[in-house]
Amino acid sequence: MTTVSPTSSVTARPPVPLGVRIARLWGGVLTVLTVLLALAWVFPMYWAVVTSVKPENDTVALPPTIWPQTFDFSSYTYIFQNSPLVRWYLNSVLTSVAITILVLLLSMLCAYALSQIDFRGRSWLFWLILIGFMIPFQASLIPLFIFINQLGLVNNYLGLILPQLAAPIAVVIYKQFFDQIPPELGDAARMDGASEARVLFSIFLPLNWSITVSLAIVTFIAAWNNFLWPFIVMNDTAKLTIPVGITQVQSAYGVAYAKTMATAVSAAFPTVIAYLIFQRRVTEGVMAAAGLK
Amino acid sequence: MLKTVPGKTDTQAVSKQVQARQKWMTAALMVAPFLIIYLLFLIYPTLRVIQLSFTNADLNGSGRFTGLSNYIKLLHEPTFWNALLNTLYFILLTVIPNTLVGLGLALLILRLRRLKNFVLAAFFLPYVLPVSVVTSVWNWVLDSNFGLFNFLTGSTVTWFQDPVWAMPAVAFVTIWWTVGFNILLFIAGLQSISPDIYEAAALDGASGARLFWSITWPNLWPVTSLILLLQLIAQFKIFDQIYLLTTGGPFDKTLVLLLYSYREGFQQQHGGYASTIGVVLMLIILVVSAIQSKLLNRGNAA
Repeated sequence: MTTVSPTSSVTARPPVPLGVRIARLWGGVLTVLTVLLALAWVFPMYWAVVTSVKPENDTVALPPTIWPQTFDFSSYTYIFQNSPLVRWYLNSVLTSVAITILVLLLSMLCAYALSQIDFRGRSWLFWLILIGFMIPFQASLIPLFIFINQLGLVNNYLGLILPQLAAPIAVVIYKQFFDQIPPELGDAARMDGASEARVLFSIFLPLNWSITVSLAIVTFIAAWNNFLWPFIVMNDTAKLTIPVGITQVQSAYGVAYAKTMATAVSAAFPTVIAYLIFQRRVTEGVMAAAGLK
Repeated sequence: MLKTVPGKTDTQAVSKQVQARQKWMTAALMVAPFLIIYLLFLIYPTLRVIQLSFTNADLNGSGRFTGLSNYIKLLHEPTFWNALLNTLYFILLTVIPNTLVGLGLALLILRLRRLKNFVLAAFFLPYVLPVSVVTSVWNWVLDSNFGLFNFLTGSTVTWFQDPVWAMPAVAFVTIWWTVGFNILLFIAGLQSISPDIYEAAALDGASGARLFWSITWPNLWPVTSLILLLQLIAQFKIFDQIYLLTTGGPFDKTLVLLLYSYREGFQQQHGGYASTIGVVLMLIILVVSAIQSKLLNRGNAA
């Protein structure tokens, strides 16, 4: 300190009051506790990864080793060579990407019309779509399956994809965002002769680019992780998606935990990486989907 | 574009009509792709499940009208009541604990500075895992012979095969998996409470627990209510974790409504009866949403 105030002239700084010291200590304890809790929370995931790179014998060794004594990646080569894991990966990537693109495109078009074009029947149409929020698709799983079966789409990627496009959530989110844009912006472009599609894609979409990206990532993760519908509609082993497929090989491995964990880590890899890279986007998308933004 | 001349009312009216029709056509074209899929794959199955519930249909949808017999059978079926009670038990074990844990962790995370993002990511990360990954990881950690948990605690419980512990174990795994979502919503809710209110209360001498109960909790109620609703609805539809961890066992101790419907429909080919369970499930969810949205609105008005 260079400036000396008259009150604390010669002596050192006055001692910190006891209350403040206790508060600081308590704060420190809480912080340590929170961090420990966070580490405990991710520990099962760490444990899965570590198990997957141990030799099979070491996984059941007692006491368990927190860090692998020898790194052994043979479980990965084994599962990739002895199961249709690559095929399942491809299935998951292709269907999830298709679902993501189609969900965004269809809901964007629908929401734009609902928000910016004044046409007859608009308000009851929006009500019809809002009703969808209340409807649990799981309750009508049987008729949905019967219908897809009648269309000949069981074990067909189209049968996997189409029902996943029927979710009204993205429409409602887009409509909220489009509603915030002043209609004058579109009118100006329309005066210049722009079509509605053009107004949507060159004016409204760029203004909502960030929510589109967030929705895309959240939709992709949800499509990748979807279990129930792919499990119902795909029976052909080669056509399974990865979250469904791994349950089949895992039950075949029994207590071969290194292999089981290797399949789990492989299946989780894309969504975990997507989350770690796009953390903020995921948060934004989740908030929008929950109706908080 | 047609330019209307003021005064010439008839052409004006005609061009307006043309414009309106054009608008309608464009709107219809933009709405149609989503609407058709929505009607075919969500609305139609929903109406069809009601119709099927009055028939003895198989898994191909062919069957005779049998009136209320499915409903009467359902009400007299002990398995149905067991599945309903199990579902409610699962809800009891997840919804409120998950909300409280979420709130507690959100409060802990919000007071952090540098470590905030890291800690939040740690709690949220399980949420992005596919359910089958979650279940296989926990099957491993809770394995009765070689699992880490039993090794550390000296327990010998076979968690997912134990009649008493199976449901709490599935509930615990569910909380681990999904609490990150609640934390996110709570953090958003907590951050939206104006700091002015806290300052004013602090000036009045309030602190600690008093601040929480008089300011945080009431102001957080709309978010809390939303979280409760979302979870309540999600947990009524519980299927994946149960199917993968216990397949409803042991002795149907973890048989829940949707799993019961799945068994009847897809394994026993009782499409009509399975649809009846579906209708009951749907009714429950509709009633819960209605009640909860009333509560939510009151929270907003206050």
